Amino acid sequence: MSKNKNHQAQSDRYEIRLSGSGGQGLILAGVMLAEAMGVEDGKNVVQTQSYGPEARGGASRADVVVSSDTIYYPKPMGLDLLLALTQEACDTYFSALRENGILIIDSDLVHQPPTPDCYSFPFTMLAKNEIGHVMVANVISLGAIVEITRLASKDSIKTVVKSRAPVGTEEKNLKALELGFKIAKEKMKSTRTAAV
Amino acid sequence: MGKNIRLLQGNEACVEGALLAGVRFFGGYPITPSTEIAEGLARRLPLVDGTFVQMEDEIGSLAAVIGASVAGVKAMTATSGPGFSLMQEHIGYAYMAEAPCVVIDVQRGGPSTGLPTKVSQSDIMQAAYGTHGDYRAIVLSASSCEECLLYTIKAVNLSEKYRTPVVLLTDEVIGHMREKVEIPDPEELEIVDRVKPEVPPEWYKHFEITPTFISPMASFGDGYRFNITGLTHDEMGFPTAKPVQIKAKLDKLRKKIERNKEDICEIKTTYMDDEPHVVVLSTGIVSRAANQAVKMARQKRMKVGAIQLVTVWPFPDELIMQYMKSCRHLIVAELNQGQILKEIERYIDKRHTKIESLQRYDSELITPQDILQKVREVK
Amino acid sequence: MATTTKKPEQPSNVVHKYLRAKKTFPHVWCSGCGIGIILGALIRAIDRLGLPKDDIAVLSGIGCSSRLPVYVDFNTLHTTHGRAIAFATGVKVAKPKLNVIVITGDGDCLAIGGNHFIHACRRNINITTILVNNHIYGMTGGQFSPTTPYTKRGSTAPYGNLEHPFDAAKLAIAAGASYVARGTVYHVGQLTRLIADGISNNGFSLIDALSNCHTYYGRWNKEGDPVKMIEWFKSHVVPAATADKMPPEKKEGKWLTGVLHQEDKPEYTENYARLRAELKKK
Repeated sequence: MSKNKNHQAQSDRYEIRLSGSGGQGLILAGVMLAEAMGVEDGKNVVQTQSYGPEARGGASRADVVVSSDTIYYPKPMGLDLLLALTQEACDTYFSALRENGILIIDSDLVHQPPTPDCYSFPFTMLAKNEIGHVMVANVISLGAIVEITRLASKDSIKTVVKSRAPVGTEEKNLKALELGFKIAKEKMKSTRTAAV
Repeated sequence: MGKNIRLLQGNEACVEGALLAGVRFFGGYPITPSTEIAEGLARRLPLVDGTFVQMEDEIGSLAAVIGASVAGVKAMTATSGPGFSLMQEHIGYAYMAEAPCVVIDVQRGGPSTGLPTKVSQSDIMQAAYGTHGDYRAIVLSASSCEECLLYTIKAVNLSEKYRTPVVLLTDEVIGHMREKVEIPDPEELEIVDRVKPEVPPEWYKHFEITPTFISPMASFGDGYRFNITGLTHDEMGFPTAKPVQIKAKLDKLRKKIERNKEDICEIKTTYMDDEPHVVVLSTGIVSRAANQAVKMARQKRMKVGAIQLVTVWPFPDELIMQYMKSCRHLIVAELNQGQILKEIERYIDKRHTKIESLQRYDSELITPQDILQKVREVK
Repeated sequence: MATTTKKPEQPSNVVHKYLRAKKTFPHVWCSGCGIGIILGALIRAIDRLGLPKDDIAVLSGIGCSSRLPVYVDFNTLHTTHGRAIAFATGVKVAKPKLNVIVITGDGDCLAIGGNHFIHACRRNINITTILVNNHIYGMTGGQFSPTTPYTKRGSTAPYGNLEHPFDAAKLAIAAGASYVARGTVYHVGQLTRLIADGISNNGFSLIDALSNCHTYYGRWNKEGDPVKMIEWFKSHVVPAATADKMPPEKKEGKWLTGVLHQEDKPEYTENYARLRAELKKK
């Protein structure tokens, strides 16, 4: 369905899915991303989510549609970007990724990527080892997404992460965000070098 | 600059709308997917001299809301399918007592417990005909977070203006999705308050039959000491068994809505200026898919338009019919088994306009692709 | 030549000051019904407290007793079956200055309205509930109610009641009401006092007012005419104040009357007002 040519016309829309399991903070990450692009950067955004029993474990997802134009249909029709923090989420949602869409995975939690053509980062491991808290894997991945896509300005995402982070964890979250920027920058540099 | 723009869930936008409209009482009972409205108002109402009461059930919730309303406070509740069913008794009471109040129904799949976390539009008929007896309902429907804010205000305004309960329909997707919402400047909003009596208490009739059929409304404690009853009553509010008075009361309930349809009814149109032969009729969240589909069709040079019902009841047939002269195919898209379809069929000349229905009731949204496919079928 | 002395105001005149008799009479009650006695007691209690009519809201549900508000010159709200207390909750929080009084019956309050009743007790919201307890559904024609005694008859218990009755007062105490009392239509002076005290209590008050329904309960159970039924209360009550000192056999089959429970505890609308004030300080 995502490979349907119809969707190629929707160039004013960019559709993002952040997926994984309940408890990984993906809804919050989706809200942060939407707020940065929408409220801070002034684009139109819609953030939706899977809601219900999944919210307490199992597969979880947050979707964000962004456009400079009016967004009519609020849900993704063909993903431009899929973040998958679990194998299950990756398997479930990869088919919704359109051709040339970007796949970003957690290298430790997605053992069998459906395609070699993806960005792979050890988000959860970095959260634990570099920041000292596994909960910030979501924000590290946000940093990577912003670095790779430039969908939101860095200042905007910083502002939002600071204001939306649970009280007392602002510094940790900002550090995580910077780490996300950094690993993505390095990865893109090395990919380019490899290509040359 | 200066614009207050926030990323809000539809349910949160209802909270902002309620506060801006002047709602100062909320009585409610937790139910998915409406609970964020109760949670938001539990937090906010005490900050603005309002009151939130978590009642023991939905029956009590709407009872408390009506009680607060007759005591002079703008009051509302929010619920979903099963709770909306429980509230029907008191929605009827509010019609009879002509007590302004607002019920937001964040629709989920039914019947019964149904699908608590899934989208639906299957309360459209219940919102108009859910309680027993003859009456005319005002029911609005929101399709975005911004509309959740604006139509909550509109619902409160209409309820105050016409002294009647008003239902605002949203759904699970709108309730939980987040969009940018501009919080309007209160100074620039039109806020309607119920008309207060100008006569001395001894002349006051709480249910006076006026030329507009709308009676001025005193509150408990204002010195008017009137009676309100769910029994069919005279203009004073005392129970009556006189056929003339009974008919007058029931005519009043109907006429105050019917005669003001022009003021109450609203639709929104997309790509309807060039008299398209194919029109998609929908409301709420489905209108988002319809507009998307129409936009995609137009990019393929297909002449298609869309009509969104903002007012679902009274059914805005006159507003719709002015677009039907050029319409050969009307696609009625809705998340139920044809509740809008059955209503629109009463007005359409089928020799001139063919009606096609597009329904989903499998817990998923109607997608723009679903609609485009239907458009291709009829073209 | 003649000296005129101002006649002392008759008790009935006190009652008439508060009635909407011209507009709403004749009333719907059977002659001899205890509800009229309770109406009189309510009015005298309000008169005794000197409360302005404008500051009183009287609400009711559905049933014989629930017709009472129509006849009194206050802010009156005749609501739906069983829900008066829930409506009263909204009235009270919206206008806390109003003295909110609910008139209800045993079916209205304890069957269909049982949930609202116990939760209002729990909130200790300042509402005075007068339960006209005649042990039967009168308006619908004599069906057994939650307070119909075991084995007694009604139109839906033609072979005798198989169910056990509620003790409304105990229920209210367990649910958290801060003033609970019981009176009867025989002991009118006491009933008036109990109602006045209930209105004065800052919290949820229940006055379980035992009354007669000779038309249905009396007929189904061969308990006779209104006079006999009202007189029955005379010999079937034990004052709660002295009950502790009495041997159990003397209390057997009798109602405890008077104040059954009273406690000081925070009232709901005051709690809410305090919350608002605290939030303002922040």
